[in-house]
Amino acid sequence: MPEDYILATEGLSKSFGGFNAVTDVDLKVRRGAIHALIGPNGAGKTTCFNLLTKFLVPTAGRIQYNGRDITRVSSAGIAQFGLVRSFQISAVFPHLTVLENVRVALQRQRGFSFDFWRSEKVLRGYDARALELLDEVGLAGDADRNASELSYGRKRALELATTLALEPDMMLLDEPMAGMGHEDIDRISTLIRKAAAGRTVLMVEHNLSVVANLCDRITVLARGRILAEGDYATVSGDPRVIEAYIGAGHA
Amino acid sequence: MTMVQHISPAQLAKPTNPPRAGLPASLYGRLFIALTAVLLVAPLALYPMFLMTLLCFALFACAFNLLLGYGGLLSFGHAVYFGMAAYVTGHAAKVWGLGPELSVLLGALTGAGLGLAFGALAIRRQGIYFSMITLALAQMAFFFCLQATFTHGEDGIQAIPRGHLFGLIDLSDDRVLYYVVLAVFLAGLLGIFRIIHSPFGQVLKAIRENEPRAISLGYNAQRYKLAVFVLSSTIAGVAGGMKALVFQLATLTDVHWTMSGEVVLMTLVGGMGTVFGPIVGAAVIVTMQNYLAHLGAWVTVVQGAIFVACVLLFREGIVGVIARHLRWRL
Repeated sequence: MPEDYILATEGLSKSFGGFNAVTDVDLKVRRGAIHALIGPNGAGKTTCFNLLTKFLVPTAGRIQYNGRDITRVSSAGIAQFGLVRSFQISAVFPHLTVLENVRVALQRQRGFSFDFWRSEKVLRGYDARALELLDEVGLAGDADRNASELSYGRKRALELATTLALEPDMMLLDEPMAGMGHEDIDRISTLIRKAAAGRTVLMVEHNLSVVANLCDRITVLARGRILAEGDYATVSGDPRVIEAYIGAGHA
Repeated sequence: MTMVQHISPAQLAKPTNPPRAGLPASLYGRLFIALTAVLLVAPLALYPMFLMTLLCFALFACAFNLLLGYGGLLSFGHAVYFGMAAYVTGHAAKVWGLGPELSVLLGALTGAGLGLAFGALAIRRQGIYFSMITLALAQMAFFFCLQATFTHGEDGIQAIPRGHLFGLIDLSDDRVLYYVVLAVFLAGLLGIFRIIHSPFGQVLKAIRENEPRAISLGYNAQRYKLAVFVLSSTIAGVAGGMKALVFQLATLTDVHWTMSGEVVLMTLVGGMGTVFGPIVGAAVIVTMQNYLAHLGAWVTVVQGAIFVACVLLFREGIVGVIARHLRWRL
């Protein structure tokens, strides 16, 4: 039986000048999976991620999403197809309120909002849904504060709520645990697992224990190429992976 | 698409003590009514000419602030939309004999058209490069005005007739014209307030705050930037057109880069990204130019000193500092 892949790349490559950051990557993400992209520093994870989210244009190769070729689609365009990314540095809108942060995403439902002549009161219809989403990530009490006042972990939670507001089919998370303490890591892990119900998640992550707990499938990149793929047990037992990770914090 | 997070001018002056969110919207309403009341009786105490100058520049600064404070885009060539509109309004009123309302409308359309053309080129770049392109385009337009025949070079368009509003109200009396200018100014201010507090304004603020994130939510940032650029240049055009009628004069000064600098100064001194800041800034600068005129070239030095003090001591501008202390959004 053929597998159902939501996202698939074919020969995806990117070079900067003469440097090949990503070479010939055939990445396949199964629908409904929590898939991790890991690898030592400089393996090309972030480049790969930026290619998938269209923040970079590939030198060669194709990207298929939901059976559609998205190689030439803009980064705003893929969000409209239900493929939404997060950022390594927590990506909130600092001087909007927590509620407004989520509402800006909900606002997408009404189109592109070029109506500069209408009062923003028309957006109040989204407040209830926004509060619901904030409640899911435990931020309902902070709705009226500026996002800049939140702690780092809470900003990440807000970012997740904003992403979920778009009801994405697939979320691309760029190091969701970067720079976090233990408590926050547990919190966000739980949130991601909850959010992943009925969705596909592809995440770049450094923290291997997070990946071991959270992810169904792992792709290891090294020097811009796929080194190994499989579940955590398979990948962590692979001698090539161990070699690539020596001295790089392999647990 | 670049991944480099540019630092927008709006981010440079982030308030350290962020305003409380969810304030009574009526605060703006009350301040607006107070401002209107003051301006209605102001001609009793001050010369209408001085007040009209102030209002024209205040509207210009508000238009500029819409772009800088809410769009995060520092245009360094905004004099073009102001000055070109002044020329077109002047030409329409004097040579074509159109009424003041149509002349100013043509001025506004000039601002819009130029804003669309120049904005479309400039928004392709970010940060300082954006500013440099707006400056370069503005300089090109300046030399066009210097050479073109309808602008009359160094002389400018002089003795522009103020005409009769809608063919009825004679505007040659300063006190009558003052109330027309005031009405246009208040309408412009309300319009800007609405733009800022519209669904469009929300997306715009989101883009200013974090452009890559706004894009990842599916918003095409370039289009919003162009839209706000055109809105800003249109209102700047209205201000320029009114200025041409008030002074009955449109000259190279209006399109010169120093004018672009002045509007930046007004906005920063008053408080960028606040609704009332640019009005206060314009009042400060115009008052200085008026009452310190006997100092001659020293006015520029005083202005420079104020600007330096402003940047060093209170980067949020006058209204920004007040807003911070009261924890209000003004």
